[in-house]
Amino acid sequence: MAGAVFGMLLLFVFINFGSLPIKSEVSHLDGEQTFSTSKVSTEEVHQNQVPDTSYHHHRETFQDEERADPAELWTSPESRSQQYETPLVESQVEEGGQSEAPATRNGLAESGQPPKVNDRFQEELVIRPLLSGDVYSSFQFRTSWDTDLLNKQKKVSHFRLFPKSLGQVISKFSIRELHISFTQGFWRTQQWGPPFLPAPPGVELWVWFEHTVQDVDTSWKELTSVLSGIFCASLNFIDSTNTIQPSASFKPLGVANVTDQRFLRYAVLPREVVCTENLTPWKKLLPCESKAGLAVLLKSEKLFHSSFHSQAVHIQPICQDLQCKKTSWELRQTLSIVFDLHATGQSKREWSLFKMFSRTLTEPCPLASTSKVYVDITETPKGDDMIEVAPAVTLQMHAVVLGDRRKYMVYDLMTPEPYGSLRSLNILLKWKLQDSEEMLPPILHAERYVGGYGLQTGEIHTLIYNNHPFRAFPILLMESVPWYLRLYIHTLSVISKGRENKPSYIHYRPSKDRQYPHLLEMLVQLPPNSITKVTVQFERALLKWTEYPPDPNHGFYVSSSVLSAQVPSAVALDANHTTEGPLFTNLFPIMEESSYFMRVYTEPLLVNLPTPDFSMPYNVICLTCTVVAVGYGSLYNLLTRTFQVEEPSAGLAKRIANVIRRLRGVPPL
Amino acid sequence: MGLLSDPNRRRALTNLVTRLNTPLCVMCYIVGITWFLGLAFEPFTLRTYMSENAMGSTMVEEKFVYGDRALSYSREFSGHRKKVGGLPVDWLVKTMKSRGLEVYKQTFSRTLPFPDESKERYMVKGTNVYGILRAPRAPRTESILLSATCSEGSNNNQAVGLLLALASYFRGQVYWAKDIIFLVNEHDLIGMEAWLESYHDVNMTGIQSSPMQGRAGAIQAAVSLELSSDVITSFDVVVEGLNGQLPNLDLVNLFYAFCQKIGMLCTIQGKLQRNDWDTLPGYSHSLNTMLLMVLKQSSGRPQGDHGLFLRYHVEAVTLRGINSFRQYKFDMSTVGKLVEGMFRKLNNLLERFHQSYFFYLLPSLTRFVSIGYYMPAFSFLILILMLRALDLWVQLSNTPHVQDDEEQDPGPSMLSLATPIFICHLTGLALYFLPILSQDMATQHFPVSETEAVVFTAIAIYVAGLALPHNTHRALSGSGTECGWRSLKLLSLLYLAVLLGCTALINFSLGFILAVTMVPMAAFVQPSGPRVLYAFGLVLVSPACTLLLSIYFYHYLLEYPITLLECWQQFLMAISQGILDHHLYGSLVYPLISLFIYPCWLQLWNIVFWK
Repeated sequence: MAGAVFGMLLLFVFINFGSLPIKSEVSHLDGEQTFSTSKVSTEEVHQNQVPDTSYHHHRETFQDEERADPAELWTSPESRSQQYETPLVESQVEEGGQSEAPATRNGLAESGQPPKVNDRFQEELVIRPLLSGDVYSSFQFRTSWDTDLLNKQKKVSHFRLFPKSLGQVISKFSIRELHISFTQGFWRTQQWGPPFLPAPPGVELWVWFEHTVQDVDTSWKELTSVLSGIFCASLNFIDSTNTIQPSASFKPLGVANVTDQRFLRYAVLPREVVCTENLTPWKKLLPCESKAGLAVLLKSEKLFHSSFHSQAVHIQPICQDLQCKKTSWELRQTLSIVFDLHATGQSKREWSLFKMFSRTLTEPCPLASTSKVYVDITETPKGDDMIEVAPAVTLQMHAVVLGDRRKYMVYDLMTPEPYGSLRSLNILLKWKLQDSEEMLPPILHAERYVGGYGLQTGEIHTLIYNNHPFRAFPILLMESVPWYLRLYIHTLSVISKGRENKPSYIHYRPSKDRQYPHLLEMLVQLPPNSITKVTVQFERALLKWTEYPPDPNHGFYVSSSVLSAQVPSAVALDANHTTEGPLFTNLFPIMEESSYFMRVYTEPLLVNLPTPDFSMPYNVICLTCTVVAVGYGSLYNLLTRTFQVEEPSAGLAKRIANVIRRLRGVPPL
Repeated sequence: MGLLSDPNRRRALTNLVTRLNTPLCVMCYIVGITWFLGLAFEPFTLRTYMSENAMGSTMVEEKFVYGDRALSYSREFSGHRKKVGGLPVDWLVKTMKSRGLEVYKQTFSRTLPFPDESKERYMVKGTNVYGILRAPRAPRTESILLSATCSEGSNNNQAVGLLLALASYFRGQVYWAKDIIFLVNEHDLIGMEAWLESYHDVNMTGIQSSPMQGRAGAIQAAVSLELSSDVITSFDVVVEGLNGQLPNLDLVNLFYAFCQKIGMLCTIQGKLQRNDWDTLPGYSHSLNTMLLMVLKQSSGRPQGDHGLFLRYHVEAVTLRGINSFRQYKFDMSTVGKLVEGMFRKLNNLLERFHQSYFFYLLPSLTRFVSIGYYMPAFSFLILILMLRALDLWVQLSNTPHVQDDEEQDPGPSMLSLATPIFICHLTGLALYFLPILSQDMATQHFPVSETEAVVFTAIAIYVAGLALPHNTHRALSGSGTECGWRSLKLLSLLYLAVLLGCTALINFSLGFILAVTMVPMAAFVQPSGPRVLYAFGLVLVSPACTLLLSIYFYHYLLEYPITLLECWQQFLMAISQGILDHHLYGSLVYPLISLFIYPCWLQLWNIVFWK
């Protein structure tokens, strides 16, 4: 019964989209796409990373408007495939009869309401082989829903694809935007290049509240408790001592005209360990959970056998149409993993979906409107093909991703083509080069460390590298340091190429003991091809003895500092236009993609504080009591004693004689 | 506290102290020495035990079987080393990179204050190469370090080979929770100092080095390897670091535990464990071991590459492979297993080493003497100074009482006290600064090398200091009073007590050796009586003579006695090394001796020649 109802539902979807123009199919099937469409797919890939600036935001808005307008649809490859694939999904459902439809969906159909579908689900996987021999896989699941969750009068209670738990959180706490990431490991920018979605080790949570919220701090506190329940993480450790309100580094990514930092809360827990118990609730937010589609690959025994693991949830409002009168909610769930060549891959430069995830792909998620796998087949910097991919498909795509021209092989899981005769897709990647090749240094990267020795003072050094040969660009550096490291802000120095580099903007909020941390934001111009060193000294505070954690000698974490920058892209570096393309597109050397937004997180720091020996209190109590008793006793004695001249006392013999005489009852001598 | 406020009882007490002063002092000295000698007796000491929970309960299984690979690496390394004539940087970088490490190098250069003749170096230029194994899913906050030195003259190729083999084996394992740094440092300690200073971004000793790029957070522990043969018979663990600092005892215990597990012979100070503690040879063996440790620690020199880590609160030991004439030998796989096991346990560490002792003496690897046990021995020696000071104080406070009508002028007394103290310290300053500053002048006027110039200038100033009492008294007229020398002696005794007390807290061995020698003479010198005998005794216990005797005694303990001439040469070398250590690594023994102990001793010398 449920299957049939669900089938009907999808039939409606098909009818709805059936009226779309057929035009687009022509260009879709002829493999290599033309340049004009590749521009759009560029947008698409851009959109797949979380856009981070208002600049991106504009672009994204535009993208969404395009999709919403049927007349514009021929330019959007996503909607094209959607239209093409819907019958396939329907037939699958009817054949198999299995359905993942949750109860709410049944209720919706049975109650006889017009089944107006206003939510969509898309899934994709990008596999990028890295020059070091490692493999980077990035999953992204996007659910968007044209509804207003924040409307207090009309409460939304019917949830279809959008997870109810998150929807209720949004309406209860009047959230404008929510970004949470769980990361285990550190992204090695120097070996792996920039990630699609940067995240600091541990948990990062930042939330923009609606400006109707009266008491932001209380909402924030409650929200963290609720989220720690949803994600099974210790987010309840977020309190005022690690929450900050960055003034410039974290702007809303979705539709918002409010940038008042009073409604922003940002916190990082660098010590939080991410494991299976965080992955399971994350997977449960997906419409197909991990039963079908790309999510079948997410098996924890393999995911946690990697060098890097990062999962995130991003919720933000986006525009519904070109006029942007209405907004819809977008939920992006992303998961990035890097598999290690030596530890996981047994030093063999051969990877497959099965080797990585111990699963293969057999079907897309039936609820998804698109389901794709992209494999990066970009040539090495020298121009050789780096890998061999099997099974090869004809559909390829060019895009400029993070300022770099990339080439992707696209597996559209909605079509039967990729599955082959075995009805399962196991993508094989085989390296053609057997040695690791040197990667070009990333244009922007940073590292941070603690200098000095001893337990009294120290220095936090941040090295920021601008490897661009001729362009300078500004970066926004944000540091949040716990109160128990007392920053000497007068020692702050920014030095580039041996010369002082004065930041053009500094926002500093000093810490208050046991209340809130230091927040330091700076806008620094990085000269081309330079290393900028930011140094600030600190003093280590002695905590109260109950404030130490159970393992005080492990050290105390200082969360990663955040660098946000518009980085000049490597494409613009390419002066002689070796890459093919129409001549009219590169008439001017600075192209549209000349810079891209990037966020770089540095390492968290582990700092030892002066730690008492906790077995000592007993000794200390004994010692202090003795000292006090001796000191006080003797002083009291001297103060209260009356001194008087005494006659010279008798000798020992006489005294003994006196004692004996007293015993005898005779008067003493 | 009636004891002090009651004049009668106070008088009784002071009477006791003054009357029985000499017997009390003698008794304290005997008790102190006996206590110390008793420390090596096994029933009086504690058995070592693992305090750290993370080390104790978890089992690890060693699976390293790539001993042959280590040997082939070491052969390749020595080949490239011969070809390049130094550290084969490019080959190392390439090899480490191909094993999947993040490789960095750091160049450094240092001009020594004067040429080091024992190691034949003056202007040192070198490169450190290190590879970082990044632990999967770890945020680069913690690391452990394995190092092998490669310096001219010494053959440490097998250690480098083993390091590379271990690196490539470790890279394939998934259980690492901390990054591992594999460091090959050139010019042993100078390279290590350069690396450590760059890693922590400090510059204390004026080494020029290239900025460092790759780091791996806070280093939790470090192991330095020294191997110079393909097979070994035993492993020697070296603990003494810079300024007598020691690594946490748990790290030594860890080494011992793995030696036991693998069945490898392990030694400390090159001495094997003996079981016959109840016999005289057994006792003298452990006393021998402990005295060797005391002598090494008191020198304040790092005895291995690990010694410089301790300043940065990184627990470290040096493991030295010994190949002797024993029949049973261990191959590289076994040695690798030992290091692997240690690293896996270090990887399990949740907190820095802090559970066990930082201050201890080791009469053997299974027995240790903690600070609570050895400090009383030192306290008894310091008590002598206190008793003497008390006696002098009583005498001084009684004397003016008797000569009340003479109305002694306190003016010249103060001056007569301040002048010798001031002059003594000036001599100390000269001893500290002049040898380095005047080396050019000395080499111009005398046919000696720079090193000899420095050493002989130091000795000359030292000896010249002995002539000072005559000159000070010529400058001051009418200073020589009974009261004057007593006050000076009182001050000197207290000064010495404070100095030795502070020294012993930081470096027990140094403090103890100085106390054993200086305290009895300091207690009994006076300008009356057998002056020549006093003077001779004082010279005998002066810091320089102590050093000379210590060197002789050290070689005697090593069962490798030397002749007096050799001892003299060793003595000259020790002085130059002491000065170099101070300038290169920041060792504090030379400034301590020249700025404080020597002036204090000169004050005592002044007392003998008080007129």
